[in-house]
Amino acid sequence: MRTSIGRVRGLGSAKEGAHHWWTHRLTAGSNLLLMLWFIASIAMLPGYDYATIQSWLSSPWAAVPMALLIVSVFMHFKLGLQVVIEDYSHAESRVVLLVLLNLFVVAAGATAIFSILKLAFAAGAVS
Amino acid sequence: MASKPVNRPLSPHLSIWKWGPHMTVSIAHRVTGSGMATVGSILLVAWLASAAAGEEAYGVFRGLFTTADGGLNIVGYVLGIGLTLSFFQHMASGVRHLVLDTGAGYELKRNKMGAQATFAFSILATLAFWAFLTVGK
Repeated sequence: MRTSIGRVRGLGSAKEGAHHWWTHRLTAGSNLLLMLWFIASIAMLPGYDYATIQSWLSSPWAAVPMALLIVSVFMHFKLGLQVVIEDYSHAESRVVLLVLLNLFVVAAGATAIFSILKLAFAAGAVS
Repeated sequence: MASKPVNRPLSPHLSIWKWGPHMTVSIAHRVTGSGMATVGSILLVAWLASAAAGEEAYGVFRGLFTTADGGLNIVGYVLGIGLTLSFFQHMASGVRHLVLDTGAGYELKRNKMGAQATFAFSILATLAFWAFLTVGK
């Protein structure tokens, strides 16, 4: 998502801001769809006990959008928190916070996706 | 990368402007986004991981936010209403951002109305969501 004149000149502070900006907008769009699905699904669930949640997430109709939601939302908030850190944090603390942010996003995102897959696949293996 | 702090005079970028709804909606977008990215994401991952770990772990997670009879406790209400209000506010101002990105909606009156509309939407949507959860079901 760069204009041709921008590509030819090759200028700009870090030469990659356009990609950050565009990915933030794309994931904003996918977040909008996926989070509205999530909010509506949560509202429509008959209960919030273990059996209900487990059977809901064992369906591919819930597990696939849920995994997509994790990818989309985590990419989006990684980009967003990165901007917040770059705006308000300076010098060494900025580097430390940016590294921690990347570690958190990858670790938490992987845990979430593993949990979704475990619920989805375990249900099929038992019955 | 690590720039040395220099005490140069700053231009008065905050103090010279009359505060308006567009400034409130802008900082609210950051606050709600940062809140959901930290508190919200940790709760979401803990919810999924506890469900994946089994019934006992899920019960421990659920017990943090519910009373003995299964209703929400004060922590559950504060986090639940806080996160849904944050979500609807961030969503509304996010959609407003996408409109502004096209170059539309910068006329003074429309810009102010758009900013105020995000707050009206988020409050109404949060009320509707919790009314449905508590009364409608």
